[in-house]
Amino acid sequence: MAAVIQSQRKFTASGRPIEPHFNPHVRKRESIAPRTGVALRISGLEKQFGATQVLKGIDLDVPAGQFLAIVGKSGCGKSTLLRLLVGLDQPTAGSIEFTHPDGSTTATNSRIVFQEPRLLPWANVVENVAVGLGRTAKDPAIRQKALAALTEVQLDEKAGEWPSRLSGGQRQRVALARALVSHPDFLAFDEPLGALDALTRITMQGLVERMWREEGFTALFVTHDVSEAVALADRVIVLDEGHIALDLDIPFDHPREKGAPELAALERRLLDVIFGR
Amino acid sequence: MTSIADISHAPTRTKPGSFTPSVGGIERAFGPFVPYLLPIGIVVLWQLASSIGWISTRVMPAPVDVVKAFWSQAASGALLANIEVSGARAVAGLLVGGSIGFLLGLANGVSQLSHKLTDSSLQMLRTIPHLALIPLVILWFGIGEQAKLFLTSLGVFFPIYLNTLYGVRNVDPQLIEMGRIYGMGRWTLFRWVIFPGALPSIFVGRRFALGIMWLTLIVAETIASSSGIGYMAMSAREFMMTDVVVLALVIYAALGKLADVIAHTLESRTLQWHPAYQKPAGE
Repeated sequence: MAAVIQSQRKFTASGRPIEPHFNPHVRKRESIAPRTGVALRISGLEKQFGATQVLKGIDLDVPAGQFLAIVGKSGCGKSTLLRLLVGLDQPTAGSIEFTHPDGSTTATNSRIVFQEPRLLPWANVVENVAVGLGRTAKDPAIRQKALAALTEVQLDEKAGEWPSRLSGGQRQRVALARALVSHPDFLAFDEPLGALDALTRITMQGLVERMWREEGFTALFVTHDVSEAVALADRVIVLDEGHIALDLDIPFDHPREKGAPELAALERRLLDVIFGR
Repeated sequence: MTSIADISHAPTRTKPGSFTPSVGGIERAFGPFVPYLLPIGIVVLWQLASSIGWISTRVMPAPVDVVKAFWSQAASGALLANIEVSGARAVAGLLVGGSIGFLLGLANGVSQLSHKLTDSSLQMLRTIPHLALIPLVILWFGIGEQAKLFLTSLGVFFPIYLNTLYGVRNVDPQLIEMGRIYGMGRWTLFRWVIFPGALPSIFVGRRFALGIMWLTLIVAETIASSSGIGYMAMSAREFMMTDVVVLALVIYAALGKLADVIAHTLESRTLQWHPAYQKPAGE
């Protein structure tokens, strides 16, 4: 995984890395690095709640390790799609198939980060992260792993704290650590930053992107914020009344400079499709 | 929806910006003893009124006489024996009725079938005031220990049952969903999510139960008993010993307060995670 990050960096003569996002604008993606996540194939996926058909035949191929964002108006079916993918609901018709890098299609270690942190209020931070391993942090080995995940989100010094003592952004970082501690190969985000203030969102976006680059999981990011989708994802899908209205490649390297004109152009295009302009 | 638990666990500490009454001279002079000023004042007035002769000792004994009664009863050993008997009855009733209520509450909260099978019958029984059963209970058990155990258990059962059921039913469904996604089995889900989530409400039930426990015991001991504090008060009445009658009231109050303090200590130990039980940051 370290090699992946290295390959995306340029070095000066003195050996100091130049961060790509210091360039005036975002850089064109040169190649797609090999990832460890699962590939995902969705075919003819439909979901009906009573008389309402929420998803009307979704076909989608997601290569391993891709960061896919799904945007759309409220009620377009994006959250339903996410719930089907993590197995919270069963589809009415169609199939979802996960393929591991070695070609096997066995059970996937998938995790989800919700809009609300959903931490157990009666467990301290490190115990909450241990939930991601299905064990208690009283076991030293488990505690070690949970602390390592907390260090990744820079909250290791809050390990013994109750969730009620944390800020909204800190709670969501604990939720992220809980999702990451088991090293999932598929991670779904259901508007994870929707409840945070604008500045915390920017920090969290950077964190999510860094985690994705380091861990290599396949990411499915449901959001209603188009600029967030464009800044983070390799590919953005617009859902409209249960159909895929647009499937857009975002061909730039990570991390990206927010508000770069190339991204702004893509953002405008997405908004045009969403509002049917 | 405001739950029973929410009301009783509402934070009582002062939040920044909320209204704080100004600290006056009395509070500065007496500090933490302010809550005791009123009861002490009343006792002093009462003693004065008795000494002057405004209150007949046949109506109300003087506080000094109550203290004397305490000494004589304590010296003879009768007081301690009666407290022991009453205390044992209270604990036994709480354990029996409380355990049954707790287990049924859990079962009916978790299992739809168990709920359908038993809940409506229990709700029907609940409408009968349990003290109305005293004539029947005396016919069944006489004035033995079973009668008291039966009545206190029954009285304690309902508040614990109802609040346990309510607590389990009101655990945040988002947390349960999270638990399922994170692969928790039924037992793990219960131990990590449902039970701790229901605990504040279960404690509210226990607080209610403690009140009912003493109430039932007092009535049962007064009407049908040959030992205990209630019996001590009733036999004193026959000899017009108002001082012993009032002493019995004081002992009941002290025992009730003691039970409440123990319950509260357990709660604040167990519910440290709950914002209502935390000291404000920076203290």
